[in-house]
Amino acid sequence: MENVKLFGTWSSPFVKRIVWALKLKNVECEIIYEDLANKSPELLKYNPIHKKVPVLVHNEIPICESLVILEYIDETWKDVCPLLPKDPLDKAKERFWAKFGDEQVLPSFYGYIMKKGKDQEEAKDAALAHLKRVEQLLSENKFLSGESLGFLDLAFGWLAENSYPLEVVTGLKLLDEDSFPNLCAWKDKFLGIPVIQESWPDQETLIVKYQEIKKSRAE
Amino acid sequence: MEEVKLFRTWSSPFALRVVWALKLKGVEYETVYEDLANKSSSLLEYNPVHKKVPILLHNGTPICESLVILEYIDERWNTTARFLPEDPLARATARFWAKFNDDQVAPSVFRAYVSQGVEQEEAIGPALEKLDIVEKQLTGKKFFGGESFGFLDLVFGWIAKYLGIFEETGGIKLLEQDRFPQILEWKDRFSDIPVVKENWPDHEKLIAKFRLMRDYFNSTAARCSE
Repeated sequence: MENVKLFGTWSSPFVKRIVWALKLKNVECEIIYEDLANKSPELLKYNPIHKKVPVLVHNEIPICESLVILEYIDETWKDVCPLLPKDPLDKAKERFWAKFGDEQVLPSFYGYIMKKGKDQEEAKDAALAHLKRVEQLLSENKFLSGESLGFLDLAFGWLAENSYPLEVVTGLKLLDEDSFPNLCAWKDKFLGIPVIQESWPDQETLIVKYQEIKKSRAE
Repeated sequence: MEEVKLFRTWSSPFALRVVWALKLKGVEYETVYEDLANKSSSLLEYNPVHKKVPILLHNGTPICESLVILEYIDERWNTTARFLPEDPLARATARFWAKFNDDQVAPSVFRAYVSQGVEQEEAIGPALEKLDIVEKQLTGKKFFGGESFGFLDLVFGWIAKYLGIFEETGGIKLLEQDRFPQILEWKDRFSDIPVVKENWPDHEKLIAKFRLMRDYFNSTAARCSE
């Protein structure tokens, strides 16, 4: 009997990618929501190094770092919905771009939303340059992972999910249809996938969350 | 016919991981040395995103980022000397610690080496704390991989040479015997592996280079703060 738990917060994009992966693989999982201002003893026990979420706990053994967790899920439940391709070169490409996404695209995107003044302008330039690269990845394929949804789509899923809510709340738009036709098409396709569509939080909940953050910053 | 090229600098520890990996797999390859102050058009073509080395070029297709390259080599030449274990949990554990090295250990040690004065004093504590965690990972093991060396040893391998270089050129002492007996023992064991022993860059050249690098960093920092 598999015992699968996921420690996370409901809003973290890094946690969400794990939720999607587990759902795609039909893995039953108990989600334990953490309050990062008041971390549980279990979280600290399972991730003593980083004390962060997500942490996947499989039969009492923890796995940390979301991209590491995604590969673990793919290798452990390998018969359902493979996330990474078999070919080593294709795998290497997805790993490279996933790393790029987490280390460069995500920080610059959120930097643009959160920063002000000159810092915001610089973050915007960086974000646009990074997004252009991701746009190019979609020139031949429907999904970032190829013909069907895979690892790289889950890795960039935060972009699909959060860009519209953030746009509504901040009035700042990065993913416009003229500059990024492929990414915008990908975004709609991604969000249209049943497992993604059915995962909580939904777009409305995210809008509310970002509105609350904005309000608290203004105070 | 496989065509394998490695774009690297002579001194980069990240490139060494790839050298060890290729040699352990018995892969014939050509080396292209880059001067990072004067990057070749090939480098910029093969790694337009980061403009960095190492880059592995396999039959004309580039693979970038040393950890990605290591896994690619392991999977592509999969009939000999596997670096990563088969078991998904063991693989996840190795990947976790590899990221920890690249994101935390190496940068903190680098900071302790390159900085000076008060900044250096404050950098030493965090570097030692990260190394404490590495030390713990070696408890009861001959190598990071267990009984025999593997992926994680290639990842941490820089410690076996470069940590000493950083200590000497940075004027610091990090690997004290009392605090890091396991790392020190592993260092000798790892350095004895033929492929490792035969491929270290020249020691004196490394000392000269990292001394120069530290001077450059500190003179730039001084200029920026004026």
